[in-house]
Amino acid sequence: MRTLKFLLQKELRQISRDSAVFRILFIMPMIQLLILPLAADYEIKNINLGVVDHDHSEYSRKMINKITSSGYFRLRNYSATFEQGLHAMELNKIDLILEIPSQFERNLIQDDKATLLIAVDAINGIKAGLGSAYIKGIISEYNQDVRLQWIQYPRFDSQATVELTFSDWYNPNMNYRVFMVPGILVMLITMIGSSFAANNIVREKEMGTIEQINVSPIKKAQFILGKLIPFWMLAITVLTVGLLIARFVYGIVPLGSYLTIYAFASIYLTAILGLGLLLSTYAQTQQQSMLVSFFVTMIFNLLSGLYTPIESMPEWAQLITRLNPVSYFIQVMRMVMLKGSGLADIKTQILALLGFALIFNGWAILNYKKRSF
Amino acid sequence: MFILIWMPIVQILLYGFALTNEVKNSKIAIFDQARDEASTTLSDEIAASRYFSLYQNVYSYKEIESTFRKGKIRMAVVFPRGFRNDLLHTNHAQIQVIADASDPNTANTLTNYVSAIVSDYQQSINQNQALPYTIDTRIRMLYNPELNGAYNFVPGVMALVLMLVCAMMTSISIVREKEMGTMEVLLVSPLKPFRIIIAKTIPYLLVSILNIATILLLSVYALDVPVFGNLFLLVGESVLFAITSLSLGILISNSAKTQQTAQFTSMMSLFLPTLLFSGFLFPIENMPLPLQIISNVVPAKWYYIIVKAVMIKGLGFMAVWKETLILVIMTLILLGVSIKYFKTRLA
Amino acid sequence: MEKEKAIRAVELTKRFGSFTAVDKISFDVKKGEIFGFLGANGAGKTTAMRMLCGLSLPTSGSAWVAGFDVYKQNELIKKNIGYMSQKFSLYDDLTVRENIRFYAGIYGLTDERIREKTGFLLRQLKLEEAGNKLVRSLPLGWKQKLAFSISIVHDPAIVFLDEPTGGVDPIARREFWSLIYEASDREITIFVTTHYMDEAEYCSRVSIMVDGRIDALDSPSNLMKTYSVDSMDGVFLQLARKAVRTE
Repeated sequence: MRTLKFLLQKELRQISRDSAVFRILFIMPMIQLLILPLAADYEIKNINLGVVDHDHSEYSRKMINKITSSGYFRLRNYSATFEQGLHAMELNKIDLILEIPSQFERNLIQDDKATLLIAVDAINGIKAGLGSAYIKGIISEYNQDVRLQWIQYPRFDSQATVELTFSDWYNPNMNYRVFMVPGILVMLITMIGSSFAANNIVREKEMGTIEQINVSPIKKAQFILGKLIPFWMLAITVLTVGLLIARFVYGIVPLGSYLTIYAFASIYLTAILGLGLLLSTYAQTQQQSMLVSFFVTMIFNLLSGLYTPIESMPEWAQLITRLNPVSYFIQVMRMVMLKGSGLADIKTQILALLGFALIFNGWAILNYKKRSF
Repeated sequence: MFILIWMPIVQILLYGFALTNEVKNSKIAIFDQARDEASTTLSDEIAASRYFSLYQNVYSYKEIESTFRKGKIRMAVVFPRGFRNDLLHTNHAQIQVIADASDPNTANTLTNYVSAIVSDYQQSINQNQALPYTIDTRIRMLYNPELNGAYNFVPGVMALVLMLVCAMMTSISIVREKEMGTMEVLLVSPLKPFRIIIAKTIPYLLVSILNIATILLLSVYALDVPVFGNLFLLVGESVLFAITSLSLGILISNSAKTQQTAQFTSMMSLFLPTLLFSGFLFPIENMPLPLQIISNVVPAKWYYIIVKAVMIKGLGFMAVWKETLILVIMTLILLGVSIKYFKTRLA
Repeated sequence: MEKEKAIRAVELTKRFGSFTAVDKISFDVKKGEIFGFLGANGAGKTTAMRMLCGLSLPTSGSAWVAGFDVYKQNELIKKNIGYMSQKFSLYDDLTVRENIRFYAGIYGLTDERIREKTGFLLRQLKLEEAGNKLVRSLPLGWKQKLAFSISIVHDPAIVFLDEPTGGVDPIARREFWSLIYEASDREITIFVTTHYMDEAEYCSRVSIMVDGRIDALDSPSNLMKTYSVDSMDGVFLQLARKAVRTE
């Protein structure tokens, strides 16, 4: 016990002296939390539109007006021919071309039918899909406007309509940041837990000080705890800073209790630190440990449901997410913060994380030998 | 070392087959208070769609709430009592759709899908009444008619991988020498600093070329993304970007004292911005203006545009000369600054 | 019998796959001796020492350190020995005092003893002014002396020194050896490996390893007589000519 005290003293002193670490630990969360949510927005707005209007009629102008005033589209290019518009698309200036044929107004009013062509830059499939859906929607609204101009209302009533009312629960403002911020916090803590901790131990290996420890009567368990505890504390501090930023910058207050978050975070950290520890028993140089932990963290982050939904993944990928501690934490964070879930609601996740913690730490402890073969 | 080679492969595989922003098989719950022919038909149609997967039929609002809280469903559909009667006699019925808006995008998409299904149903019960004054819109998807997600992210992954290998690994490796003390030995020798830098960076340049080759091969054969444009132009631009990344790596190594700092600085100032501001994950035009301006400084943004143009749109040099010039200027500035400060910094 | 010898090795061997680093060495070290473990780079000195310190498990053979069996009583050995590695293994980012406190603490010294020892060490090494300076800022020679003093802060029975004087100027080396003598006077057995042959003459007895085996084991003066040379360098050259392995 006393030995542990000395170990902790040393670790904490070293960490507090390393100014770069300090800066990284506090500046990094701040930057990530401030910039990421602002940038991370999949919503589609401000699509760059190009128009090729061969008709130049009142109707075509009204329609274009309706489209541009919708807020979804920005008119960036107005060409005389489709080829010119295409050229603008090639140069990445526009995402969509609307081509209005020369007899548009006349066809619509006299022949009851007019055709429009929309060419979409489909490289970003989602943007293309949504963009074309929006413009179709606006055009069909315009279509209704035209009809109303010419037909009496009652004639429409013979249509059966099913009306949908929408309620958005848990994030009535549809604020994407509320969704991202908890996820980002998770990512930060994971990085500190696995990379930082692993790196620290491997550094001692590289510097040679670990030999001095191995030759001393320090027990394995003491050494390991001596490394885990400071980093655990560090990660919790970063979590706190993150939660504070979430509260004061974004106004995000968890619906559930802060205690649930901290409780789960503690268990999660034990698992993740165990992973870092495990990593450090295998790596000989810092370069190795950094690369491997980066790689692993990246895969974990991508397959965790932070950026892309898990349900959309194929079976095999979903299986992997179940083996990924990060995905559980993300779920829990979102559930507790946004839906007010309590400890009982997250028991599956707690169990899973306890399992991870046992496996990682157990394996690491078995692996770590004071005496090499 | 071999992770450096595998990483792009894994990324491509993941993005290609696992990660997608598309929404499918979202779990929903249905609260059918009507339990009549119409509501059952519509429920079945919704559940059968590939976008949804029925998790549970629920029987109260409380149940809906608790299922949401347990994180089991993303959306609930509620049919009121007498749904079919309303539809038949008053021509008007309502359905309530409750979406879990904690993920606004998915919520949006799901509500769009459910609207589409309902409007199809609506059409089918209206027996094709043709309306006058119809505008027919034809949509043509260019460059990527099958809406293959890979077309979007392969260029992005290329940028990411190059940035990672060239910048981050180079900076870590240079700083390692500093930490170990061997850098001083090199600097004291008659070798010009420039030569030292070249020696450190060439291996990573080669690895990154290997990576590009791997990525392109995978794209063509595993993901069905062919290279429409000139292969040489593509490789040439990639090498240029690689050099840009290398110079960034050198710049970072100048100021970092430990390997750990080098890694984290690269991550924060290179990797993360590349991820965010290149435009492949999140559309740049969605971002607030200050961030959009920042994105112009990120080399990856220009490289991404170039790759899209050459590889997917099949364009030639004339289409990308502006972006290429920007990259060249950036590289020259970076190289100049980092080499100038290389020796001085060590003192 | 083992209790009287500080270290006893019988046919101690270490193999790495098909490579035999240490080949059946046998020797004794008496209590209070200064024992020099010499040999060229790559001869197997460090490997042998690591086995005695409990850092590496022997492949075969037996050894007792401070009366404890190297296989079964490894942790007991560690309580009773000190160790100083080639890299000096002090924490660069801690101060002199903090390093002393840490190592003294983990070897079980009470707070009172730690205070005493710290004061004593700082005075002995003339580092009173530098007590709160980071080790990183100390010149090499001071670091080396500090590392040695810390390695014996818990008054162990034996202290193992692995190439402790690498890269240090001759005056500092002389000062270092006076510290070693001082420790030896306090009945601490010194086991030191080195490839500086002139330091061999400071030892009571030396052994010379060549290609994993001990080719000579005697006091320096006897060895010089046997090989008819007037310096340990000469002895070494005679033996090393036969060597097959180089680093």
